[in-house]
Amino acid sequence: MRRRAVTGALYATPAAVLVGLFFVVPLLLVGWMSLNRWPLLGKPRFNAPANYTGVVDNALLTSAAWFTVQYTVLITVLLFVVAFGLALLVQNRRKGVGFFRTAFFLPMAVGFASASLLFLGLLSEEIGPFPGTGDSSALGSAVLLVLWRFAGFNMLILLTGLQAIPLDVYEAARIDGATRWQTFRRITVPMMRPTIALVLTMMTTGSLLAFDQFWILTRGGPDNSTTSLVMVIYREAFIRLDLGSAAGISVVLLVLLAVFSTVQLAVLRRRSA
Amino acid sequence: MKAMLAAVTLLLATAACGAEEPGAADDGATLTLWTRAATESVSKAYADAYNASHKNKIEVTAYPNEEYPAKLASAAGAKSLPDLFAADVVFAPQYAAQGLWADVSDQFKSLPFKDSVAPSHVRAGTWEGHNFAVPHTIDLSVMLYNKDLYTKAGLDPEKPPRTLAEFAEHARKIDKLGEDVHGTYFGGNCGGCVEFTFWPSVWAAGGEVLDNDGRSGKVDSPEMAEVFAVYRDLYDQGVASPASKGEAGPTWLGALQGGKVGIAPGPSVWLDAIESKGVKTGLAPIPGITGGESTFLGGDAIGIGATSAKTEQAWDFLAWTMSEEAQVEVIAKRKGVPFRTDLASNKYSSADPRLVTANGLVAKGKTPYARNFNATFNDPQGPWLTTVRGALFGDASSALMTGNEAITKSLRQE
Repeated sequence: MRRRAVTGALYATPAAVLVGLFFVVPLLLVGWMSLNRWPLLGKPRFNAPANYTGVVDNALLTSAAWFTVQYTVLITVLLFVVAFGLALLVQNRRKGVGFFRTAFFLPMAVGFASASLLFLGLLSEEIGPFPGTGDSSALGSAVLLVLWRFAGFNMLILLTGLQAIPLDVYEAARIDGATRWQTFRRITVPMMRPTIALVLTMMTTGSLLAFDQFWILTRGGPDNSTTSLVMVIYREAFIRLDLGSAAGISVVLLVLLAVFSTVQLAVLRRRSA
Repeated sequence: MKAMLAAVTLLLATAACGAEEPGAADDGATLTLWTRAATESVSKAYADAYNASHKNKIEVTAYPNEEYPAKLASAAGAKSLPDLFAADVVFAPQYAAQGLWADVSDQFKSLPFKDSVAPSHVRAGTWEGHNFAVPHTIDLSVMLYNKDLYTKAGLDPEKPPRTLAEFAEHARKIDKLGEDVHGTYFGGNCGGCVEFTFWPSVWAAGGEVLDNDGRSGKVDSPEMAEVFAVYRDLYDQGVASPASKGEAGPTWLGALQGGKVGIAPGPSVWLDAIESKGVKTGLAPIPGITGGESTFLGGDAIGIGATSAKTEQAWDFLAWTMSEEAQVEVIAKRKGVPFRTDLASNKYSSADPRLVTANGLVAKGKTPYARNFNATFNDPQGPWLTTVRGALFGDASSALMTGNEAITKSLRQE
């Protein structure tokens, strides 16, 4: 028995070391940094809770937080609708469905930063193919980019959920005379709950951590209207060179994300139980 | 005490070494030098000339302008800064304060020509009385104007405006040429562009934008308001290209290269880039509202990475870049502006009167000094850009008042 435990521990060691080294240690370090005035070079100086009280005073942070929440709600709703719609479209095997599945998923093969640059070029007045798009809404172009890039990926996850529903359940419903809408509401959605929970959680956390698309497309402008939370962290760390303050904001964001995900998963699980 | 003794001995030793064999710091070391893309060509020209005549080898690596500060910060955090690195001169006080550069006070003060090295650039690299960086390149803001459009509009291409009011008048005349020609152009969504091109007009009028220590903003001054009002009117009347509002920097040069802009303030180093597109360009100082002239002494400062182990060799390179040989045969030869005031007139500048104009401005110009300059003025999320947008496209008077408060707060932030 002990032998088995030792073998088990040995098998788990590589993963545990990796997780420790690249997750637990950095996490603890960020926590410690957030309690110090942390210069780029030289000795850190303990200054808690200055980095946390600074969070409250930061006007840019407040507007960025509000924008990030709005963006998260918008993108989660749109992305979910589009991804679920696509998944339903290509759910059943018929002729040509493989082509569409591939086509919808293909944008995922482009790196996100490259995709952002691609859109920047497309929408540019100087080098883009569409004249007069220079004034297009900053938020609108970012949303379009994210939908194009991520809808296929989320479609794929939803598709696996759809296909895990046993066909006999649908068959039974059909025999009972359920309409298409009833089948969708009473069978598809409830049986998809775990998958939907997963997809929604990934969408919200991903959107709350949005950076690349705004950094590349809009630089947070015009007039700070598309400055996301992570951009503020970036500014604290790399423009103001105040690593302690950046760590403080990161910890606050981490706690919020953890709370958010816990609540979200709990709600979705309870309903499915 | 022991450490100090050791330091003194080391200092004496290096001084003695330097005196006896001048080649000691040139021992064939390979030195890494980082710079931003904007100044890459100048750094490479220095490096090529230095490598050709020295045993040491300088290896230049350039990074995209926007990503460069982050690259430096992460390298500093990892204690792996290059042996030498250049930075936008307005960022120099911050890097000096953060200790990213090694202290070169003693070496600098021993230079025979130290007093003629562009003083405002030297000050930018100074923190608490110590020198951390020296000038690397100089980039001045000047008025660039399209000589052909001047002639077409019935203006004399040899008579650039002497006041900002006259500048607006010229711009309006050229704008009347119609079609896709515009009177002027500016970077209305770019804090760095606006400070570089608008502030000289404030200075020319005797105004200030910042206090001497860079701890209080003065953008609520009447001089600043007048300058903004001139550009605001030009935009409202459609004399400034509508693209000015969204211009965040990247397409600024392209707009001037198109040959459809009458007169616009911009970097002096663009003269060649614009003319290479066949646009005959004149160069004039940036005037104040009713006269006077000034310039923003921009460009890059350079210092020795604080974590470098090759400080002596690195200083050998820096000292060489400040020599007459480098300033004339590298900088002046490629139509750059020498940062030594005693070399303003040299055999290359006398061939082009526009360069005499530019070189002469070095003594009149300013480099603003503030530790939090980047976070306050250049960063798009800083309070300056919000102020600029308000003053040009929003509620002008309240923008400057509230903006100044936010700027002062940001300048003082620890």
